[in-house]
Amino acid sequence: MSAKKININLKIWRQVNKEAPGSMVDYRLEGVSTDSSFLEMIDQLNEQLIAKNDEPVAFDHDCREGICGMCSMMINGNAHGPEKATTTCQLHMRKFKDEDTIVVEPWRAKAFPVLKDLMVDRTAFDKIQSAGGFVSINTGNAQDANAILIGQETAELAMDAAQCIGCGACVASCKNASAMLFVGAKISQFALLPQGKVEAKDRAIKMVSKMDELGFGNCTNEAECEASCPKEISISNIARMNREYLKSAVTGRNH
Amino acid sequence: MSRFYHYLNSSIMKKQIMGVTGLLLCGFLVSHLIGNCLIYFGDRAFNTYAHTLVTNPLIYVAEAILLGIFLTHIFMAMKLTLENKAARPVAYAVKKPTGRGSTIASSTMPYTGLLILVFLIFHILHFKFGPVYKITYDGVEMRDLYRLLIEYFHQPLAVVWYVFCMLALGLHVSHGFWSAFQSIGFNHPKYNACLKNLSKVYALLITIGFSALPIYCYLQGGR
Repeated sequence: MSAKKININLKIWRQVNKEAPGSMVDYRLEGVSTDSSFLEMIDQLNEQLIAKNDEPVAFDHDCREGICGMCSMMINGNAHGPEKATTTCQLHMRKFKDEDTIVVEPWRAKAFPVLKDLMVDRTAFDKIQSAGGFVSINTGNAQDANAILIGQETAELAMDAAQCIGCGACVASCKNASAMLFVGAKISQFALLPQGKVEAKDRAIKMVSKMDELGFGNCTNEAECEASCPKEISISNIARMNREYLKSAVTGRNH
Repeated sequence: MSRFYHYLNSSIMKKQIMGVTGLLLCGFLVSHLIGNCLIYFGDRAFNTYAHTLVTNPLIYVAEAILLGIFLTHIFMAMKLTLENKAARPVAYAVKKPTGRGSTIASSTMPYTGLLILVFLIFHILHFKFGPVYKITYDGVEMRDLYRLLIEYFHQPLAVVWYVFCMLALGLHVSHGFWSAFQSIGFNHPKYNACLKNLSKVYALLITIGFSALPIYCYLQGGR
């Protein structure tokens, strides 16, 4: 498919800082290559803004390879845009038509305050992770590679959960701004493996308590998170978290 | 105690309480439907069944438990919905479903739930605390609920309202039934498809089963 140039109309959320009230601002961008990524399109807009001495649109980005979890944009009402299993940086302008109007907003959640324009503060995820998303038992020296045998299926399930890049699309797409897919994935990746099982009970209680404390909503099992997740994390991880939590609340000894 | 409260007040336990009370209510719906189907066997069978139920002293215990389950389900629903609204103080200018997750049933749970609550209040006022007619079978005097039903459902609007509410109930349980299992933590690739289908079959059974009752009464011509 050869590259085309399209003209688009953008409606972008502009907000000076955390305290200032923001608003949607209209922009016209001409000659956008259909081969450019969504972020490259925003770069092009920013060049245009800078040339006019305007403030460029602030947005989070890092690897632009779909793995760092930094890019976070609500595009036309969908987290990371309309395409399945795709981060914003991997979304291409060929998915849009000439003269399309594209609405771009930051993630919206009480726990993710907007810092500037399209950038939100996702420290809440780090706080949940540091509440228990690690293995702290002393495992000694590195063991022989095959000393602890793990079934292939279990290893795959743990790996599927560990694919989470912490981008926050689950929270953004959930009508309740719930972080349960993220926390479910983080709890699952450890709970499935022998090294993580030791602290599984404590971990479930601590991470869920932190999640609740930070003001995320409650899951209503709509699965919009799974549908929006660029890594296609399954809501079966939420069910696993629910089980782990129930088990810990009933039988945990340390809390 | 405070630890116990902490667990009960956690997002996960609240969902699980919603799920368990919801499933118990699903069980009640089935028993209520089966009992009501006695109406097809005429006034005597139906009235005798109702009489046997209300004259058993255990009915008060059963009613108290049922009321407790209902109130817990409703209280939790309100608490969770308010918390969920608070979790996103600034709404999106544009928000679209992906088409791969939420359904009409799942996204309307608070509304269908509220409608069912309104229905329930009028339902109890109309029948339990409605006009009392008496009838005597073999020397035993009892309430003629059958006559009340036939009279009440002689009004077409009453039938339409009832069927409308049963559609909402069907929608509500079609998501709720499956959702309860997910909240408790029951999710397995081997049973997921079966459970989701069971949820739909259950919803159809409840909607059609309950809707048929007022239609049948209406067709009796208000005798």
